[in-house]
Amino acid sequence: MEFFQNLGASTRSSFTKLGRGSYFLVHLLAGISSVLVRPHLLLKQLHSVGVLSFLIISISGLFVGMVLGLQGFYILSRFGAEETLGVMVAASLVRELGPVVTALLFAGRAGSALTAEIGLMKATEQLSGMEMMAIDPIKRIISPRFLAGFLSMPLLAALFSCVGIIGGQLVGTGLLGVDDGAYWSQMQANLDFQGDIINGVIKSIVFGFVTSWIALFEGYDSIPTAEGVSRATTRTVVNSAFSILGLDFILTALMFGDN
Amino acid sequence: MDNHVPTQDSIVTVHNLTFSRGEKKIFDDISLEFERGKVTAIMGPSGTGKTTLLKLIGGQLFPDHGSIMVSGRNIHHLKHDDLYALRKRMGMLFQSGALLTDMSVFENVAYPLREHTQLPESMIRTLVLMKLEAVGLRGARNLMPNELSGGMARRVALARAIALDPMMILYDEPFTGQDPISMGALVHLIKALNTTLGLTSIIVSHDVHETAAIADYIYVLSEGKVIGQGTPKEIFDSPSLWVQQFMNGAADGPVHFHYPAKNYMEDLLHSEKPIFSRQRPPSDRTSKRKRYS
Repeated sequence: MEFFQNLGASTRSSFTKLGRGSYFLVHLLAGISSVLVRPHLLLKQLHSVGVLSFLIISISGLFVGMVLGLQGFYILSRFGAEETLGVMVAASLVRELGPVVTALLFAGRAGSALTAEIGLMKATEQLSGMEMMAIDPIKRIISPRFLAGFLSMPLLAALFSCVGIIGGQLVGTGLLGVDDGAYWSQMQANLDFQGDIINGVIKSIVFGFVTSWIALFEGYDSIPTAEGVSRATTRTVVNSAFSILGLDFILTALMFGDN
Repeated sequence: MDNHVPTQDSIVTVHNLTFSRGEKKIFDDISLEFERGKVTAIMGPSGTGKTTLLKLIGGQLFPDHGSIMVSGRNIHHLKHDDLYALRKRMGMLFQSGALLTDMSVFENVAYPLREHTQLPESMIRTLVLMKLEAVGLRGARNLMPNELSGGMARRVALARAIALDPMMILYDEPFTGQDPISMGALVHLIKALNTTLGLTSIIVSHDVHETAAIADYIYVLSEGKVIGQGTPKEIFDSPSLWVQQFMNGAADGPVHFHYPAKNYMEDLLHSEKPIFSRQRPPSDRTSKRKRYS
């Protein structure tokens, strides 16, 4: 009986939390107009959320591209199709790995930092203090961070894919002897702008939206204690990862289902 | 004891307030009056909901029953914009100071001025320096909050609270954890600001002597009720055992030292569960569910 009670309670609390999260989302989206009036708030967050993620994204992209170059070459060479290595590396990165791995890294690096920052601001009464100064913390603190995360994600995913393609080329043409011209020309000829690149960008926009929302909401909704903030940070990474991978499946099925 | 006669010159009127957290009743049908231009203190043991009362007066929490009138308006019936307009006329000093940690002392005090006024930078600078001078920290304007002591942080927060020249200030435990010098400075400052700026002050505190030294009127709360009220002298002379226990700091009395529990011997002789049991007791699970719901 207790099992059913607990099940009911946890289901109810999940739906309550979803409701709070949705209300929070509507509020933060309404606050975006005030961010546009104060662009310095956005620029500061673009720096901390986006620019400071450059290094981890670039290095990860480089290694993922290099591994793709190695794995792709071994498989393609079995069929005598090494010349198409560029297509394989680029398509894998642009369609899947670029948006997904960038979003996962973003959740781990920037998402957790956002949750911890907002959670600690709540714990130290900074958010309450702003409310009592008649300054809406959603407009001044939350919305600029959301917008920065939302705008940064597609740019970081593009960076990841570009660096990955260079990594694949370094291994493929530099190490394994694939023809340099074939690597680039096959890529140019077979990669579709609308079908591959734009769909990849759409994915990263969706992931940016969801990851930033989760990170900020978990911070804002955290229990204002050391343990509460720590749990919220963990939930940000776990829930973001689930959401990214689940949404990736749905988006892939919708975008590439006919191919 | 809730028989305080409302006066015409009240800036805040709490009328038949009831507020609960979960099943625990924090306030049980209490009524309070805060007179304009006076220092009114709310005192009581820890956990009696003193800070909660300030959040209710500031409109951050909603009562279950009753009303809170601030400057003649029911704060819980105001629209968002009206509530924020009223809050511009209220300052609040949080226990932690609640300074924004990514801004210097100067920027923290300037923040409400920048947000709510269109004043030129030169005037903002002058105003900020005047407010910092009032709390004795003009020389600390370039420090960051993490470089301040607890007492200094509270004084900066006080400068920020008076930046917009409010009609009243709510103080949440202003003396807690202060060394005697900082405490003396804060006691003097609160009284001086109240007199010179014509403010109304509401102080929540359990530091009996410091608060009584500057308060014009005191309410003593315990277990959701007003157990005593009057001028500091009346409170010290109160015949109520509850009030006497609190004012004299007696460990036991009507307010028990021990949290309610079953018989001590019985508790010692009957162990319920191994100490390192992985399973939480059922009551703990229930409270966790409630906390998240």
